[in-house]
Amino acid sequence: MSEPVPEVLLDVTVTVNDVPRHARVPARRLLSDFLRHDVGLTGTHVGCEHGVCGACTVLVDGAPVRSCLMFAVTAQAHRVATVEGLGTVEAMGPVQQAFTECHGLQCGFCTPGFVTTVTAYLEDHPDPTADEAREAISGNLCRCTGYQNIVKSVLRAAEIKAEASASEGPAAGSTA
Amino acid sequence: MTTQMFGAPIRRREDPRLVTGGGRYLDDLGRGALAAAFVRSPHAHAKVVDIDVTDALDVDGLVAIYTHEDLPGRVGEPLPLLIPHPTLTHGRTQYALAKDEVNHVGEPVVMVVARDRYLAEDACARIRVDYQPLPPVVGLEAARTGDLLVHEDVPGNVAAHMLQEVGDVEAALAASPHVLDLDLAIERSACMPLEGKGVYARWDADRDELRIYSSTQTSTGVRAAVAAKLGMPLAKVECIAPDVGGGFGVKINHPWPEEVLVPWVAKTLGTEVKWVEDRREHFISSAHERGQLQQVRVGFDDDGRLLALDVRFWHDNGAYTPYGIIVPIITSTQLLGPYKPGAYRCEFWSLYTNTVLVTPYRGAGRPQGCFAMERTMDAIADELGLDRTEVRARNFILPADMPYDHGLLFQDGRPLKYDSGDFPATLEKLKALVGWDDFAQYRMEAEAAGRRVGLGIGCYVEGTGVGPYEGGHIQVETSGRVNVSTGLTSQGQGHETAFAQVVAQELGVPIEDVFVTTGDTRRMPYAVGTFASRAAVMSGNAIALAARQVRAKALRIAADALEVAADDLEIVDGVVRVKGAPDTQMSLGTVSVMSNPLRYAFDEAAQAATQFAHGNDPDRPPVAEDDEPGLEGRDFYSPTQATFANGMHAAIVETDPVTAEIRILRYCVVHDCGPMINPMIVEGQVHGGVAQGVGGALYERMVYDESGQLLNASFMDFLMPYASEVPHIETDHLETPSPLNPLGIKGAGEAGCIPVSAVIASAISDAEGFAITSMPISPVELWELRRRHEAGEIPSLRNHDATTRKPR
Repeated sequence: MSEPVPEVLLDVTVTVNDVPRHARVPARRLLSDFLRHDVGLTGTHVGCEHGVCGACTVLVDGAPVRSCLMFAVTAQAHRVATVEGLGTVEAMGPVQQAFTECHGLQCGFCTPGFVTTVTAYLEDHPDPTADEAREAISGNLCRCTGYQNIVKSVLRAAEIKAEASASEGPAAGSTA
Repeated sequence: MTTQMFGAPIRRREDPRLVTGGGRYLDDLGRGALAAAFVRSPHAHAKVVDIDVTDALDVDGLVAIYTHEDLPGRVGEPLPLLIPHPTLTHGRTQYALAKDEVNHVGEPVVMVVARDRYLAEDACARIRVDYQPLPPVVGLEAARTGDLLVHEDVPGNVAAHMLQEVGDVEAALAASPHVLDLDLAIERSACMPLEGKGVYARWDADRDELRIYSSTQTSTGVRAAVAAKLGMPLAKVECIAPDVGGGFGVKINHPWPEEVLVPWVAKTLGTEVKWVEDRREHFISSAHERGQLQQVRVGFDDDGRLLALDVRFWHDNGAYTPYGIIVPIITSTQLLGPYKPGAYRCEFWSLYTNTVLVTPYRGAGRPQGCFAMERTMDAIADELGLDRTEVRARNFILPADMPYDHGLLFQDGRPLKYDSGDFPATLEKLKALVGWDDFAQYRMEAEAAGRRVGLGIGCYVEGTGVGPYEGGHIQVETSGRVNVSTGLTSQGQGHETAFAQVVAQELGVPIEDVFVTTGDTRRMPYAVGTFASRAAVMSGNAIALAARQVRAKALRIAADALEVAADDLEIVDGVVRVKGAPDTQMSLGTVSVMSNPLRYAFDEAAQAATQFAHGNDPDRPPVAEDDEPGLEGRDFYSPTQATFANGMHAAIVETDPVTAEIRILRYCVVHDCGPMINPMIVEGQVHGGVAQGVGGALYERMVYDESGQLLNASFMDFLMPYASEVPHIETDHLETPSPLNPLGIKGAGEAGCIPVSAVIASAISDAEGFAITSMPISPVELWELRRRHEAGEIPSLRNHDATTRKPR
């Protein structure tokens, strides 16, 4: 048998929701685990750890990324936004608001991944059709809703964003 | 007026928390806990010869390694058989860690505890287990021959053999003008919640107490099972189901090996320990369902009326039977759907295989039964050249026949007796929704354009809300806050909202003041669990009864204080007031103050309840002999039998004439679960159920090779539907009340998935002109069936064009 090598820990700092967050972690630490276990932001969920379900989707420099497929060390040069950064109970972002209005979630486990994905999508596609909305969410798995009310939520979020920008410029909760 | 809350499609109260990352699921708890990981069997069937942990001992951060021989007393005994049945003559359950033998790939053999999960898995990778492989039994055909055995002491691999018969089937068949035989098959799928199982246990050494958090559908069940396993008083064990990321059945089975081991290790090490299932573990060590082979022989008259129904099926129960034979019992009873079967005989064999065990998955045996019955209905229609809906209608149990007793025992050991339902009305709504009578025209136009389309239908009845009971506890605080607790758990059904609606309605309080707790044994130690579409029926009614108690007490106290008769009072928006004189009033919070005679004031409101604050009757004690302090109520609902919901689905599918790709063009649902507490939530349940049904009909299956390896144990290879695979679902509802419970409601959770395989098979058969008898079906399989059909190996439907037309 070979003597196991003690793990080398690295100082890792990642900007999460506009705040630099530091931890000493091994190089193999997944970004999803870093966010959840080291930073304590447990809103990002892990459904498969092989990049298929999309529950762990976060925004890296504004683009949706599976945080279970990225190491924390490689996220240091980027700005990461999680579901916690997209709004609060008192001030929900437009996508979060829409999901609550349209019954776009049941157990809520996959929801953070949908919220981040849809947030990024609507930045580039502010006025999707129902078919486009369905296509936009078709990379994320949900086992509860049958997706119908998630499609509805995407369309409603686009409306809320449009209403907000018509009345007062950029919508609350949109990401950097 | 208090806003009407029962029946309102209000937004869910849990959602703001869940959409902002504030959910607290199992793995969100216990950041400082030690992590457990497991070495699991790579063999489907083998003797465990030796376990060598030497190489793992030096792993940095390792805390402990356990094998079966380390498990003391009852921890080392087989897990409980939860639901014994007289016909389950050869029930077998696994050990928490394999003792001498493993019976499926994924069975836990060694437990490792380390500082974090990464390190625990490092250690697992260094543990060497020597196995002596045995020949595995994979698939029902192999199990049925009995040539090879899963368990040496279970002849023929038969866990259970059960027969129920009503009437004389042989005689009725002999007298039937028409007899048909069908051979049918359904493959395995699984619940596959986005959150797998997980357990987190904390030992409180100062109090010798154990707190367990589990991603479970029954916290009371886990609590009792763990207390029994660890030999602890129930009073020293509590179990809480936190936010649970989906269940669909797999989390009702308990205790899972990890639910025993993690608390035991936490107690043994005097610390906190957590295990969170990863996706591959969920595939190979949780539970599957659905796999059955079925034979139907049906006798009917010239009008298509059933005279005799003779069903035999073989049910794959996997390697063990911890949940008994609930699934095949449900298949054998719920198969009957909305129909009068004539004489009925159902015989099944529940068989062991060296695969993951089988416990209920949403629908729980009903999708298979519905498939058998509905394929049979289509076959009768085709045989006689009748419209498929007409054949169904002719066999319906009618509203005037209710209550209708089938003369069979249901899964709760009580009579299979339908309480209510209007099946003809449901069918008429469905035909209108899908445009049944216009389909022949639509098909002609499609065919003219070179397209191939088919229309399918499926009907079901679902026994929901089985006992034995659930409870509700309601307490009004002096602030007017209403605390509600019920013991069953939540996995996304919106209980925090629906139960609050019931309380707001019954008690007359604003829903914003109502706070619901579920699945916490500290708050409600008496409960059964969330399964069988029972939560709304069981806890909803228990909570309503408790609310009525609180209401009566509030009126009594307020009547005393306001010096009026209780009958003259009403409660509106949390205020007790005199009918017609609303200025004479007091808030429920004030009633709560008065309900609890105090010695010590804790705030200004409480001063009113202290001993010198008001005059008293020296001959009466502060709390009357038949009373209790506090504005509280607790009650239980325990039904004599299940209540039966029903529904009918229709779909139009298109099959590509060249590639055999199958596309659902329309999917229509008519659903009757009685009065709906929150129609938005019910609708969501239907959508989700249909989506799982579509998965089971067209995409999902567990692919085992001949050695018992599960080849598609990942989301890459197991085709769970995305948004792109699930059709838009059109719905309509009937609300036929149940006479059985105070709220008149029926369950809705499982309904959506029950008939989907039957409906899609019906539609594809209609498109193709030959009968589909095995589900799920992929384009490759349909292509192969077409080839066999063209070669004359599969007969054409006899009266293809007639089965969507008007009756002769």
